[in-house]
Amino acid sequence: MFWTKLKRVLRAGFFNFWRDGTVTLASVSVMTVTLLVIGLIAFSSAILNTTLTELENKIDINVTFITSASEEDILNIKHTIESLPEVSLVTYVTREEALAAFKERHSSDQSILAALDELGENPLGAVLNVRARDPSQYASVAEFLEGSNALSSGGFTIIDRVNYFQNKTAIDKLTKIIASADRLGFALTLFLAIISVLIAFNTIRLTIYLARDEISVMRLVGASTAFIQGPFVVVGVIYGIVAGLLTLLMLLPLTYWLGSTTESFFVGFNIFSYYLRHFLEIASIIMFSGVFIGALSSALAIRKYLKV
Amino acid sequence: MIVFDRVSKIYPDSSVALEEVTLSIEPKEFISIVGPSGAGKTTLLKLFLAEEKPTQGAVYYDSVNVHTLGKKEINEFRRKVGMVFQDFRLLSTKTVYENIAFTMEAAGRADEEIESDVPHVLELVDLTPKVWNFPRELSGGEKQRVAIARALVNEPDIIIADEPTGNLDPANTYDIVQILKKINDLGTTVILATHNKGIIDLLKRRVVAMDRGRIVRDDRSGKYFE
Repeated sequence: MFWTKLKRVLRAGFFNFWRDGTVTLASVSVMTVTLLVIGLIAFSSAILNTTLTELENKIDINVTFITSASEEDILNIKHTIESLPEVSLVTYVTREEALAAFKERHSSDQSILAALDELGENPLGAVLNVRARDPSQYASVAEFLEGSNALSSGGFTIIDRVNYFQNKTAIDKLTKIIASADRLGFALTLFLAIISVLIAFNTIRLTIYLARDEISVMRLVGASTAFIQGPFVVVGVIYGIVAGLLTLLMLLPLTYWLGSTTESFFVGFNIFSYYLRHFLEIASIIMFSGVFIGALSSALAIRKYLKV
Repeated sequence: MIVFDRVSKIYPDSSVALEEVTLSIEPKEFISIVGPSGAGKTTLLKLFLAEEKPTQGAVYYDSVNVHTLGKKEINEFRRKVGMVFQDFRLLSTKTVYENIAFTMEAAGRADEEIESDVPHVLELVDLTPKVWNFPRELSGGEKQRVAIARALVNEPDIIIADEPTGNLDPANTYDIVQILKKINDLGTTVILATHNKGIIDLLKRRVVAMDRGRIVRDDRSGKYFE
């Protein structure tokens, strides 16, 4: 009996969905907009995370040595730093490499190149580029370098400067700005999502309001609550599924179109390739939201008319 | 047997719809309830179906007070009663066949029963060619015949018809009354609420006249008094 009932409820729901064209069109459209907004939330939090990670990767420490420092001393320090548990990678840039990179960077600026020639010798010190395993560990690495551990064998320091402290303030500030901008964006999209969920909810309530007389007739021929409610919930679920599929489909050209823009705006974040990579995740969020909103609004809305 | 025992219905705005109504209806009876609009005919029927509760008194069906029934029992009780309304009240998104099948599905009848009974009952009301039409594609008389078929298909003990001919022309009215008569002859109690004098004279069955919430006459011979 249960299966017969279930079959009847499903069939009735599907027929109602199919036959009530205008109502179906309105509900599915509203629901699609809602799900697009929910999709926006998923993307905006992804953008936040990627941008922050990208920024954190940009943090490193450059230790510049005085020009007279011997390569042996520098390599000694390199070994000491590498033995620190917080450090993941240390790259050694020789004086010559530093000069070549500098010339390369200023290849269009003749006056700087001329000044270098005038100088006759290489004014740049060798550099150790240090990367920590975690951004929070840079402070302790920098302190280590500032301290007495990095002295040469001669007992005087060969380190010219450590650039961590200058960069840190800039990076911290940028991180804060991005985080708060994204929080604001998130709050806005959440607000939009709540509003559109309410609109979707009301649209479905309206469709049930239109059927209130029929619901009372069903009551009077002795149909049970579940048997009346069932098809409406099924219709709500179908709205959710169809709107969800439409949303996923619409996101394809939309993210493709936005892809190159986001890539240049947020460091290397291409919204289109993100969408493709995380398709299953996003699809399940959207489909679940659609089905949930559809079923819940139907179930709640119909209760009012079932009291006969 | 249906018994209304000193039933009163007073609405919250203190308008009195029924006042101390006592009435009993025997099984297999054909009873007409007549009276002007606002006499309390529809309220009486609503109280019987437990759509509304009486302010005082009780309504019994086979010695059970229908207002003490639980939700599930009310559903089962309503399946024993077929309803026909003045405005037909068909389900607009369902075909003729589905409208009738819905009642059977709601009662939990098997698919095979539905497939054999629906065509049968449609034949009884002479609507076989319209089986796949939607209500909007039918005339008033046809809609009412679908409604009657729907009321009949679960083989109810009682058929309640509330102004079933109110929206119909004389020819269709005559048809509907003949169908109701036929149903009664087959052994179903019929309660007909109407203010159509012609119908009463045609039927020659028991007539209960109501006015302003009271029963003013109960006549076995079947005459409509002005």
